[in-house]
Amino acid sequence: MKKFAALIEELDATTKTNRKVAALAEYFRQASESDKIWTIAILSHRRPPRPVNTTLLREYAAELAEIPLWLFEDSYHIVGDLAESIALVIPNDQMKSDQSLSEILEELILLKAKSEPEKKEYVQQMWMQLDYYARFVFTKLLNGGFRIGISQKLMTKALSQVTEVPEDELAYRLMGEWSPASTSFEELIFGRNEQAYVSKPYPFYLAYALENELEELGDVSEWAFEHKWDGIRGQMISRQGELFIWTRGDELVSDKYPELVELVNFIPEGTVIDGEILPFIDGEIGTFNDLQTRIGRKTVSKSILKKVPIVFRAYDLLELQGKDIRQASYQQRREKLEPLIEEISHPALQISKRLSFNSWEEVAVERELAREKRSEGLMMKRNDSAYRVGRKKGDWWKWKIDPLTIDAVLTYAMRGHGRRTNLFTDYTFGLWETNEVGKPGLVTFAKAYSGLTDKEFAQVDAIIKKTTLERFGPVRSVEPTLVFELAFEGIAFSNRHKSGVAVRFPRILRWRRDKAIADANTLDDLKALIPK
Amino acid sequence: MKQTDLLVFNSKGIYCPRAKVYLDPWRPVNHAIITHGHSDHARSGHKNYLTHHSNIPILKHRLGDISVQGVAWNEHFQINGVTFSLHPAGHIIGSSQVRVEYKGEVWVFTGDYKDEDDGVAVPYESVRCNTMITECTFGIPAFKWKPQQEVFQEINQWWKENKEERKTSVLFGYSLGKAQRILKYLDPSIGTIFTHGAIENMTEVLRPQLELPPTQLITKETKTKEIQGGIVIAPPSAHGSPWIRKLVPYETGTCSGWMAFRGARRRRATDKGFVISDHCDWPGLLKSIKASEAERVICTHGYTDIFSKYLRELGYDASVENTDYEGEKEEATTSTEKETV
Repeated sequence: MKKFAALIEELDATTKTNRKVAALAEYFRQASESDKIWTIAILSHRRPPRPVNTTLLREYAAELAEIPLWLFEDSYHIVGDLAESIALVIPNDQMKSDQSLSEILEELILLKAKSEPEKKEYVQQMWMQLDYYARFVFTKLLNGGFRIGISQKLMTKALSQVTEVPEDELAYRLMGEWSPASTSFEELIFGRNEQAYVSKPYPFYLAYALENELEELGDVSEWAFEHKWDGIRGQMISRQGELFIWTRGDELVSDKYPELVELVNFIPEGTVIDGEILPFIDGEIGTFNDLQTRIGRKTVSKSILKKVPIVFRAYDLLELQGKDIRQASYQQRREKLEPLIEEISHPALQISKRLSFNSWEEVAVERELAREKRSEGLMMKRNDSAYRVGRKKGDWWKWKIDPLTIDAVLTYAMRGHGRRTNLFTDYTFGLWETNEVGKPGLVTFAKAYSGLTDKEFAQVDAIIKKTTLERFGPVRSVEPTLVFELAFEGIAFSNRHKSGVAVRFPRILRWRRDKAIADANTLDDLKALIPK
Repeated sequence: MKQTDLLVFNSKGIYCPRAKVYLDPWRPVNHAIITHGHSDHARSGHKNYLTHHSNIPILKHRLGDISVQGVAWNEHFQINGVTFSLHPAGHIIGSSQVRVEYKGEVWVFTGDYKDEDDGVAVPYESVRCNTMITECTFGIPAFKWKPQQEVFQEINQWWKENKEERKTSVLFGYSLGKAQRILKYLDPSIGTIFTHGAIENMTEVLRPQLELPPTQLITKETKTKEIQGGIVIAPPSAHGSPWIRKLVPYETGTCSGWMAFRGARRRRATDKGFVISDHCDWPGLLKSIKASEAERVICTHGYTDIFSKYLRELGYDASVENTDYEGEKEEATTSTEKETV
């Protein structure tokens, strides 16, 4: 635990990627096999289920700190993080435990089934055996996610340095369903566990936004085009009589889309299709908001199935007859995909039409039709491009319409008025900017307070209260965790604004739950939208 | 004993009506007793200042040519029949508590204070009283300081590591108090200690009273190469200013009680946070109040609502009075607040 806590402390203390990778690599070099696999699991959000609820944790902490519960709660509101508050108020700063990370996690798994007095005894004695930072890390493991800015990519990089397995290969191995309790480090990194491979998705190939002039992309005949559909990017896997739907966020969502799971009877085994999960209402693509009514639900009722039916629109074919064909060209893959979809001929499985044009002007004209066709713009893919791993430049580009939207990070929140009294509904948003010493920070650029449903406001409000850093009267600064897509009507340079940019009628277009704060836009992105 | 209003809070400061004297007033008055030299306690514009001897150079440095009278610790003096005396508060050099006595009733105003002996300021002395006017900057149970030796070991270690990487260490702390406390415990065998102008000036004022290692002021002529691997003490306001660019490549560290919060560290965009404060932590506040044997406690600045509520649960007659004192500022707070459009 000591080593893992030291690792987290080091990762938390720096914003520099190189340092994070170096710290991780060093840790992986020294950690035991079981600690390694657990560390990978935790950093890829595969925590054991929560053994004790937070209400109990607060009570245990207040009791151990010999303070009234209200005083603990008030302190927690100021500190803004439960694990941190607990770590701070418990009166012990001596590290007395030499248990390893994996030993502790195995105890936590068993703890869930124990009686309440046993839970209390265990948690309190652990708190008293750990020093401040280890106690913080332990409580995070008990209670919630680890948001310490370690992307899968970063961890893969570090692991690759240590194991000498290429990053792309590792990215694939770490995806999908595996459990640290039943998978060894060797198996995960070097072996092949048939059971786990049945549902395992491939890493998604992601495109960057187009940066150059169209003409610089060369001959238009070397390129194919698709509309960029505005749903959830997903992967449909049919293997050994089962069908799995994964999202780009490495989330298994098959249960949420029964109409897609039905396709198991139609798609041949050993097929993996990359595509977009889309609402399809009365023969037309619905809005992202329609889709959102499906995303949040745990159980899908008949009425919602009827109200917002879902289709899967296929972009690409990654596996055919059990063979990984990602290295074949886009054109070859599409030539296999298109007849396959036609053969399957099921209303829930559509093809995303592949387009070709004779000139770049025609491409630009097609893009203008995007809004009409309910797409976000065009995807441009080289005919000879392989299906690569992660976000890569060069072979694929996205060329979106409606440039006047931006993904921003919520930085401050203010309580609303009237109907919204006591809810944090008025938000201030920031964009990334690198300061003179090369560090990224969030610069405030707009306020917005409309565009979310009441339910979403309530959810955001709860998160704001949990992630509050400081209060200034009715305003709170929050730990940046939430990304929203903001839309606005006009944009111009401005001296009156700290960001140097004024936007007209900013409002929230949607809550990008699928994005981490690092994915939000930069101030330079915003400035690039200003008409020349 | 029936409690009187020996001291009252008005729009100018803490006032003794019987003696017609203010304690740390925030608006100009005729007679001001000043606890210590920080700008929220020692303001300009008063006609007559009275303070501990060791504060006189600080006040003159900050406020110019003022009319100021010095007294010693525990030296009793009378104003209109009221007995006053100053007692060490341990906050920074010269910092005092003010004891006010009239007809057997004793009030103590702590100013800012800490119960840990930092080896620079004369250590805090517990003064028995009926009513204690206390700060509570860090008055929630989340604040517990480590012994300072541990923190200074961390700081010297950090400096060493940065030096090995050929980087300059930049340490932020208040120019009065924190800076000298840091200086006192830096290990000059590691390298050269440089200062920002604000730090150098104040340190010069205090050198006659303190034993501190030599420092080198960074001027226009100082070459970046010379500074590399050294440690630079700078005021928090230098963070992000053009001045600091000269120091590239560097690592930054901030010395503040607020660094106990992860969020504060990250928001301050500081590479390293060292939890070190010149204020009492939570146990320190409770211990000091208990030792004073006060029945009544008035909280002036910090988490006053929470702290006084808890004191009432412990059986004290505790209340809150608003003042203009700031305690240990979270600089990032004020600057980000301005950023909000």
